[in-house]
Amino acid sequence: MTSELSRRAFLTRTGLIGCSLAASPLITPVSFAQTPWDNRLVVIILRGGMDGLDAVQPYGDPALRGLRGTLSGGPENGALDLDGYFAMHPALAPLMPMWQAQQLAFVHAVSTPYRDKRSHFDGQDLLEAGTADLADGVRDGWLNRMLQSVPGVHAQTAYAIGRSDMRLLQGDAEVANWSPGSNLRLSPQAVRLMEVITESDPAMFAALTEARLLSEASLEAPERGVPGHVQLAEFAAQQLSKEARIAAFSLNGWDTHRNQINTLPRALTTLAETLVALRDKMRGNTWRKTAVIAMTEFGRTARQNGTQGTDHGTGGVMVLAGGAIRGGRVYGDWPGLGDGTLYENRDLMPTGDVRAHTAWIMQGLTGLNRATIEGSIFPGVDMGDNPGLLL
Amino acid sequence: MLQFDSQLAEIRFGYGLSPNISGPSSPTALLDGLRGADEIAARFPIEPFSVFRQRMVAVQEQYMIRRKNRGTEEAGEARKQRNLLNKDARIAMFESLGQTMLRRTHTQTAFRERLVAFWADHFTAHGKRGVARRATSPYIEDAIRPNLTGNFAQLLQAAVMHPLMLDYLDQIRSLGPNSIRAGKMGPSKSPGLNENLAREVLELHTLGVNGPYSQEDVTQLAELFTGMSFQPQNGFKFRKDFVEPGAETVLGKTYPDVENIEPIRAVLADLAAHPATMRHLAEKLAVHFISDNPDADLVDRIAAALVASGGELMAAYEALVTHPAAWTPTLMNYKPPIDFMSSALRSMGVPEAAFKDLEEKDYRQMFASHLSIMGQRWELPNGPDGWSEDDENWITPQGLTARVRWSMGVPARLMGNALPDPRDFVEIALGRHGNDAVRFAASAAESKSEAIGLVLMSPPFQRR
Repeated sequence: MTSELSRRAFLTRTGLIGCSLAASPLITPVSFAQTPWDNRLVVIILRGGMDGLDAVQPYGDPALRGLRGTLSGGPENGALDLDGYFAMHPALAPLMPMWQAQQLAFVHAVSTPYRDKRSHFDGQDLLEAGTADLADGVRDGWLNRMLQSVPGVHAQTAYAIGRSDMRLLQGDAEVANWSPGSNLRLSPQAVRLMEVITESDPAMFAALTEARLLSEASLEAPERGVPGHVQLAEFAAQQLSKEARIAAFSLNGWDTHRNQINTLPRALTTLAETLVALRDKMRGNTWRKTAVIAMTEFGRTARQNGTQGTDHGTGGVMVLAGGAIRGGRVYGDWPGLGDGTLYENRDLMPTGDVRAHTAWIMQGLTGLNRATIEGSIFPGVDMGDNPGLLL
Repeated sequence: MLQFDSQLAEIRFGYGLSPNISGPSSPTALLDGLRGADEIAARFPIEPFSVFRQRMVAVQEQYMIRRKNRGTEEAGEARKQRNLLNKDARIAMFESLGQTMLRRTHTQTAFRERLVAFWADHFTAHGKRGVARRATSPYIEDAIRPNLTGNFAQLLQAAVMHPLMLDYLDQIRSLGPNSIRAGKMGPSKSPGLNENLAREVLELHTLGVNGPYSQEDVTQLAELFTGMSFQPQNGFKFRKDFVEPGAETVLGKTYPDVENIEPIRAVLADLAAHPATMRHLAEKLAVHFISDNPDADLVDRIAAALVASGGELMAAYEALVTHPAAWTPTLMNYKPPIDFMSSALRSMGVPEAAFKDLEEKDYRQMFASHLSIMGQRWELPNGPDGWSEDDENWITPQGLTARVRWSMGVPARLMGNALPDPRDFVEIALGRHGNDAVRFAASAAESKSEAIGLVLMSPPFQRR
């Protein structure tokens, strides 16, 4: 596998493949480089606005019951106590062993700088852009900016996986886009002809070239009957156990406006299975060097709405997993839910910045300096003191 | 001086070139097509929602039988019946995929089909559970298709107040906190407002996310919307016992405290007439039809036409197709998967007979499973904001791989022996946009189906 890619790089450098391929931006003349760090980072975007107050229930807060008649029922209703104040939603039960092994943590009452409009689409854009606002549009994602600041990164280092758009990894640095089962199977003749006809269209040409490289790289076919999110996680784990150092993908289904007691468990189960699959499929001691960050564009209203669900809010929860995480704790500065503590008398008050916590994890895993992180990766972030999320 | 081009009209404002149908001769002809009779819908009918509703009634009946006779043989029989009804609806959904493809393949007025797709995406709606999940094409027949050429307010009202939209965005169970029904249900059930529809009407359907509305407007609009509901037996139903009492103020205007749909229709008309709405629609039209980064003057002209005409959609379309930017010879926008497949079928003139006797598994193998990998599942949108217009979203390794696989396999399956000669096909499918590279590839390929696949994958076919 390594040798296959080196061989291609060698062929390109010596001009033995047609110049059209050599001109592709994805195949640089640099040979297969070592990445400067060995740790792994997985970023999962939870699209739809996960209800942090139901995923990690602050049952110890006396104001909770008055805000939620039927949701976030606490340990009395099957939630799993974490630390005497917070309890995990019952659907996250498969993660209990990870919590007990101190490889799972939560950060509560955090948000991005996004306020007030509570639009999924803008909220996700801002989450993935990592900027303070969207005044300049989304030019690239923070994860891509991280890659740009590190020399020697190439297309196999970072993967955006799955079928949906990952703005997080869009930008100038090379990233591989893939989903399991996507292998391109063409005869050599057909490959050559495809190159001929798409040469004039750089975007198409690049995508097809990448498809061929990735087909060659991914040897393992997905099993039938395995759910999509587990396939994604297993693929990510496979690649991270090899050359990849970064993977990003998204999980949908968090927008629980209605009947949350039935709709949220599905999404939580998906998340739990995804994290378990990541851990189980990593080889050797890769998991011990891994940090997974699951983040969402905003939390949801503190009160439940008229249809047994919740509406878009502000403060929410980040989920952290992996052997590199100092787990077994609920981090964050809990503001309370009582009178006068809610944001706009409606949402959980955010007391921390999603970006700051992510920045500290990034700093700890990669050794990038704080000035670079605060200056270009998360422009305008105030990292503050190290919250100690990593071992 | 407009660089109008009949072929470009078909490619950019239609579903591409056809072996049997020639494009419009002028922008006027392009627009006139919209004023003519909707012949293709009659030729390839799709069940309207008013008929689809009967499926929901039938399912509900079986549910009631099961409930009343729990644990008995009757209940088992009712469950079987319900499963049959669900299967039937699912097959109808696939058949509407076929009818949609056939319409786009054989229509003389492809611009109308593009507009149906555009507005159906703008007003994305999808049933939440059961047979309702199969109601998208019926909804489009009823709410979108008849309202393409009138005033935007009409289209907005038809879509927002349609039962499927009310289901999709949770309006059906939204109750005024002080409504009669909330009172009866009591506080333990926590009945109350759901803001989803109100938010998306402001953010997606009218003013746009940067529009001049606040959270308070969202809440007020949600209160104003209370009462809108639906019953399978009768369709749209206004429930007075759901209504939040009191007048509501949205964007500075107060709507009276009456228990009927008039204030709802009124606020929608006012939102339709708002300049921010017209700008939002102009941007969407320009992006969808022309380019991800449209000419600023084009957007201005479309917005101005909407403002000057008080929201008449034909005025917007006219501003669009009579602007020089609409006729830039370079093909730009990358076709999303379903449009790509539709234009492929049109370029081959796939006959009606190819869809006769297709079973569910054929639809899945030839269309649905490929669409899934390409990232655009049939009638299963990612969210109320519809499908992405961003070319980058579609030009991905996995997306293109899926297109290659489809292009080299499915046309042969649909056309059999009637698969065209690839060398002729280059000219038919690409017209003036053909180039030597494609011609070379089409003649050098190892098989006919591979050659056809290469033509379909060529950049001039992939873009419009």
